[in-house]
Amino acid sequence: MTLNDIMFYLFAGSILTFSVLTVTSRRILRSAVYLLFVLVSTAGIYFMLNYNFLAAVQLTVYAGGIIVLIIFSILLTSHVSEKAVVAPVRQQIFSALATAAGAALTILTFLQYAFTPSASPAVEANVHNVGLALVSYGRDGFALPFEVISILLLAAMVGAIVLAKKEKHLATAGNQPKINPDNSSKS
Amino acid sequence: MIDNIPLNSFLVISTLMFFIGIYGFLTRRNLITMLMSIELILNSVNINFVVFNKFLYPNLLHGHFFSLIVIAVAASEAAVAIAIIINIYRNFKSIDVENLDQMKL
Repeated sequence: MTLNDIMFYLFAGSILTFSVLTVTSRRILRSAVYLLFVLVSTAGIYFMLNYNFLAAVQLTVYAGGIIVLIIFSILLTSHVSEKAVVAPVRQQIFSALATAAGAALTILTFLQYAFTPSASPAVEANVHNVGLALVSYGRDGFALPFEVISILLLAAMVGAIVLAKKEKHLATAGNQPKINPDNSSKS
Repeated sequence: MIDNIPLNSFLVISTLMFFIGIYGFLTRRNLITMLMSIELILNSVNINFVVFNKFLYPNLLHGHFFSLIVIAVAASEAAVAIAIIINIYRNFKSIDVENLDQMKL
């Protein structure tokens, strides 16, 4: 049992424990923090696999961006002490049975398949190789997905702003007294 | 660094994580917690891609880039979903799926 094994089982144990806590915790804010622990442990597994750039992206985008966004929206839409509504017990039991059966089936299936690890020399995923592959368009280049994902991010950003923006005509419509124009222009 | 850890143990972790996410998606009633379950599912898929890339095709980087792009898609999906959730909360004062039975006011 080397240090690597210990690290791997530590990450694996924390991933599984905190995943279960994420989906079972009654308090929403706590389950967001448990999800943060899951994502950080996943970044640790990427570090163990020597994919340093991917682990850094995982830490900044997932743990830094998405979790903060989720926590903001939890604080905007519910009280901190509020407990989540849970499904009926019967539905929980059947969901647990169905997912356990699915997991058992999947695990038994791939345990029967003998994967043979390749012995070919590994290409190092450092920033030089990653950046070169992202802008080249040959057989091993990813210029098209890179451009498509940038357009998708722009569209998602514009769409999110338009969706979450307060509609002005709703505030002034109806028979209620008209709001002071100074206040309405600020909001 | 991973010489003595077999490929299957990574796959077991990601499979369990995937089905835990599905369990959460089935039993949760709050839109934000359902979104968190989806993030769990996407994350487990990422682990699968990266591990297959590392063990079976170490001379290529395709799985690496696939999970990079999945992370970007997950980020944009979370942003749009949270915008929709905030809009729903503004109109219905609740984000439990039990209370949302109409598409507009």
